[in-house]
Parts: sequence; C-alpha cells; structure tokens
Amino acid sequence: MFSRRDLIALAAATAAIVGPGRAARLAAQDRLSEADLLAFKPVGNVTLLHITDLHAQLLPVWFREPSTNIGVGEVRGLPPHLTGEAFLERFGIARGSAEAYAFTDQDFVELARRFGRLGGLDRIATLVKAIRAERPGRTLLLDGGDAMQGSWVTLQTKGADIVRAYRALGVDAMTAHWEFTYGTERVKEIVEELGFPFLAGNVLDTEWEEPVFESTAYFERGGVKIAVIGQAFPYTPVSNPRWMIPNWSFGIREERVAQHVEKARAEGAQLVVLLSHNGFDVDRKLASRVAGIDVILTGHTHDALPQVLQVGKTLLVGTGSHGKFLARLDLDVRDGAIKDFAFRLIPVFSDAIRPDREMAQLIEELRAPFKAELERTLGYTKDLLYRRGNFQGTWDDLICAAILEQRDAEIALSPGFRWGPSLLPNEPIRMEDLWAQTAITYPQVYRITMTGAQLKDVLEDVADNIFNPDPYYQGGGDMVRVGGLGFTIDVEQPIGRRISELTFLKTGAPIDPERRYVVAGWASVNEGTEGPPVWELVARYIEERKEIAVPRAGLVRVKSA
Amino acid sequence: MNWSSAANRRTVIKGMGAGALAIGGIGWAIEPARADLAKAEKLLKELIGAKVPQEGKVRLEMPQIAENGQTVPLTVSVDSPMTPDNYCKAIHILAEGNPEAGVCTFKFTPASGRAEFSTRMRLAQTQNVWAVAEMSDGSVWMTKTEVKVTIGGCGG
Repeated sequence: MFSRRDLIALAAATAAIVGPGRAARLAAQDRLSEADLLAFKPVGNVTLLHITDLHAQLLPVWFREPSTNIGVGEVRGLPPHLTGEAFLERFGIARGSAEAYAFTDQDFVELARRFGRLGGLDRIATLVKAIRAERPGRTLLLDGGDAMQGSWVTLQTKGADIVRAYRALGVDAMTAHWEFTYGTERVKEIVEELGFPFLAGNVLDTEWEEPVFESTAYFERGGVKIAVIGQAFPYTPVSNPRWMIPNWSFGIREERVAQHVEKARAEGAQLVVLLSHNGFDVDRKLASRVAGIDVILTGHTHDALPQVLQVGKTLLVGTGSHGKFLARLDLDVRDGAIKDFAFRLIPVFSDAIRPDREMAQLIEELRAPFKAELERTLGYTKDLLYRRGNFQGTWDDLICAAILEQRDAEIALSPGFRWGPSLLPNEPIRMEDLWAQTAITYPQVYRITMTGAQLKDVLEDVADNIFNPDPYYQGGGDMVRVGGLGFTIDVEQPIGRRISELTFLKTGAPIDPERRYVVAGWASVNEGTEGPPVWELVARYIEERKEIAVPRAGLVRVKSA
Repeated sequence: MNWSSAANRRTVIKGMGAGALAIGGIGWAIEPARADLAKAEKLLKELIGAKVPQEGKVRLEMPQIAENGQTVPLTVSVDSPMTPDNYCKAIHILAEGNPEAGVCTFKFTPASGRAEFSTRMRLAQTQNVWAVAEMSDGSVWMTKTEVKVTIGGCGG
C-alpha cells in the first residue's frame, strides 16, 4: 500500500501539472459556454436526442478517440474510418480547437488539459432539460444501448444505478447489448424496472423463434406519429457469453427489420427511426437494402460524427460514446417524409456546462455505498493510458504486462474492447479507473496452453470479425491485444492470410506452430472459466510499482493500403 | 446470398463440434483446412443429373454468423405458383463443409400450397450452404449462403 508520504508527493505532483492547466481551462470556459454548446437553429416539428454507449460513465471522462480505425472494402477511407488530420480536414475542424479535441486524438494530452473532461450524466441532463424547454412536446430522447456496463457501481448493482439515472433523465426508449451480460433473469427485471420501452426486434427465442421483446414503440411529438424500432447488437451470443442468455437468438435479421418498418408505416407512422446497436458499417449497409427507414441512430462502434451521413433517403447519426456527446437532430416531417433537417453532435464539455443539481445528487447517492473502494489509489501513471484504436493501446499493454507477470504466462491476450476512458500522464490510477477498463460479469483470467498454430487461428478469426469486407460479417470491436507476442497484419487479405511474422518476444524467435505456449487472458465467453478477476491482478501489478511507465507488451505491425 | 464472395473465405473450427468457442477456451482445436467441395458437387450430380442449376427463385435465410454451430436455423422458400402444371417438386439442402454434404430433402406437391420450410442444421465449420429446388418443368434453381462459425470474442 501507499505510504502517507507517497500520497502527499503524488498529490503535489498532480497539482503541479493540473495547476497551470486550470487557468487555461478557465479561459477555455470563457470561450466555450453552455449557450454556445446549445446554440442551434431549430427546424421543423420533431427533435430527436440520442445518447449511446454510455458504458456506465455517469461522471465526466477523458476519452481519446482512435488514431487507427481502418475501413475495408467499400468503406475504406469513408467516415467513420477517418482519424486525426484526415478527420479534421474532412469535417473542416481547426487543429487545436475544442472540436479537434472532442472528435480526434490530435494533441490529446495538451488539449485535454486545456478543455477538460467531457460527459457526465448531470451535464447531459442540463442539456436535455434546456432542449426540452426550447422544444416542448417535440423532443424524443433515445438511448442506443451499452448503458449498463463499464463501472464498478453498475456491475455491483447489475445495472440498477443506470436504471435509476435513466428514469430521472427521462429516456423515452432504449435498445441493448452489454445489458444482456447480466443474464436472462436480470434482463427481464431491468425491462420491468425501466418504466420505458426496452426495444429489441431482432431477438427471438431459440425454441419457437418468437419475439422476446417489443420491437417498436410509438410516440407522438409535434403532431407527428413516430415509430422507434429497436435493434439489439446482432452478435451478442457470439461476442459475449451465450450461456448467460441460452434461450435467446439474435442476428441482423434484415427481413424482419423490413417487416417492422412496413408495419410501422401501416400503423400510420410518419417518421420511422431505427434505434440500432448494429455498428456503423452494418447500419450503412442496412440502410442501402431496407427501404423506408428515415433515421438510423447508430451505436456499438463508438463513432462520433459531426455531420449526418445520408444513404439514399436515410439519415445516419453517429453519436460517439461514454457520454462525450449528445446528438440533436431536428426534423421537419410532413406528409410522412422528412422535408428538412438540422443536426449537431454536441460535445458535452463538462467545464462549460452546469451540472443538473438533481442528477448530480442522484449520481452521488448511487456512488456513495462504493465510494471508498472506487477512490482507492493504486499508483499513478507517467504515460497516457488509453484503450481505443484498432491495435494495442496503453491500457491493454498495462493489462497484458500484468497478466504475463501475475499469471506467469508467456503470452497474454486482452479483448479488443472499444470501451474504457483514458487517463492523462501523472494522474493517479484509482480502482474506479481500472474497473472502467475491466468491469464485466466474466472477468476471470484463464491460463492455458495453446500451440503456435492455434494462436494464429485465434488472431485470424478475430481479424476476420473486424476486417471482413462485408459489414454483415463484422462484429465490431478492435483487434485482440497481445502481450509477449508480435505479428504483422494485412487487413486487406482474406481470413487465413492476414496474420504473418508471428514472433515470440521473449526470445525474438518466430512462433513455432507446433510448440505449446502458456497463454493467459480474460473475458472468455466459455462457461466455467476459472481464474482471478482481471482487476485483482492489474491492481496488484500497479500497487507493487506505484509508478507506471507503460511497458510495450506486444508488437503489431500493420500493413494497409 | 452472395455467390462470389464466399468461395475462398473459410476457416475450420473443429473439436467439440461447437459453434462459438471462446478465445482461451479449453479443450478445443482449430485447424485451417479447405472444405471438400467435391463431396457436395458429387452429391448434387446424383440429385439432379447433368442439369445445370440456374440462379434465382430460391431464397435461403440463415444467420451470417452462427450463434451455435450445433443447431443453426434455416428457412428456405421457392418462388413457385404451386399449380398442377407448375410447381416445386423438391428442395435439397447441401453443406459443402460438413463431413456429409447431404443435409435434407423436402418434397412437395401442388397441394402443399407453398414451397417453404424451416428447420435447423449442424455446421462443422464456416462454409457455404446450398439450397437446390427441382421444379415440375424439369428446371433446377439454386442459391448459396455463407455461414460463419467463429470462436467469438468481443469489441464494442
């Protein structure tokens, strides 16, 4: 554990760093006002508000957007597969600006210190209330799922904290993905507790192929009958443990989506919204194949897009993740069609927006029973800790290094999750930060042996899940993170040929297809996986060092046109 | 329902015969191999002789990625008026990557009303599944769809 003196030294170190930044942030607050963030020239009779992939982040976060986010096949180089300077250029954003900080990885640490954290449900509540006051009777607030996973409090309460927060926020409907990892019985309870529709039209029971959840909810806003169709993450039983929801079957089920759209029109809906957790590329393809969807509110792949993307007559919205953004889409709906629209993806700059008092109180109340554990400081990081990006990332380097050491393994694997906020250099690492990277219902660190050939097959399989040129075969997510292993990946190749030059980093020798390696990793989707929860190992690793300079756990070379 | 893209994308996941296997799952084996196309082609010839199947009329709905390779749902329907002089006589399901290529045959008469059925099948690995329809006029129609059997693992 930390000595008192260490903690004082640590506090001083952070203060020294944060100190000058605070003045800059005050200046930033002058530039960025709540009024500026809310500025919007209203259009038409309906306002859709969208949040998605909150990942249980009730408080503001640092979240570095990816530096690598490759699109393959037809979507190569198209949004959302733009990062850094290419992104800034495509959307006309100035380098060093608040938007550059919110939307890209450019100058991240410097701009983070200048503009502060993003998100916080209390800030979102302020924005939502203001917009509802401006657009009374016209506003609909929808959540795209992955709200109930990503924090210790949410894991401990099995999503009950988010249920309360969302009820207080006045969410009108939601769909889901990680919510299913609490298992069948708990999901049924959540659906009851929400008090608003939980929509998942693509989930059928495995026995009779009958719908498990409501597919569609109808709302009247601004005199317009709106149908909201929910689409849960299609590959939940593949990507997450199927044994937790053994009787539910998912899938894209394009024809079923089309049926729901037709039915909604037949019921007199003038506006049809797909509240989707498909992932952006899947939705882009879906929009080109299923007629009659006016708006797709996308999720799952965490893409933040400053503009609406149009596919035929369908508008696609990408709202980002972790509470960083609130999407506002104003629509002029007449004669069953969108005549005009206006859009803004509002970055939730937490220093510029007043927290909503009631929501802030509720969040404090929800955290109170866990406060001591959450705030337990393990050490501090000298480097930027981030996860997001197609390959590796410092948070997972740290996790892999800890797994290698603490489970005495030769090779470590950490899943390519897209969730998990960042930490700035010289910030303390608290349990809460570590849980924000690891809090899942199947956290056990397994330890097994695998042949070199098996390792390659795992990498090929995961790569095909991300870089398959047909979006309908993509599961979203990023490449599995590795420790003790190096490889080259050519994303343009077909399965079986993407991965080459596998190297055992301990010796520098090529991976031997016949040899068995000791492999440890976490988040296995298999029932009965045994091992300590990953956060225990990583916490011990950090506490034993106190000061973390992130080791380069694995090595990935990317070949891409 | 895409003929062309499927042909050379396949990986084999054997052992336990299971569909979704975890990274780091215990007691499984993966080996890349090529599906034995010859088996399915030979069986097709036995079923329809020298006739050349045409593309169209047959609709085969299967998941893109199997949740459980042991029991993968499929629905097949054939566009046919099902009248005494024009009807679908039989639908065959073939799996080019299973140890046995033949999966099932459903026979129809005009009294069936519709040429359509749903069932479940087992998939040993990522592969193309074929649906072949024999019509009363002697024509043969066919479609293929690729179903992935993956070890799973997650992102978003």
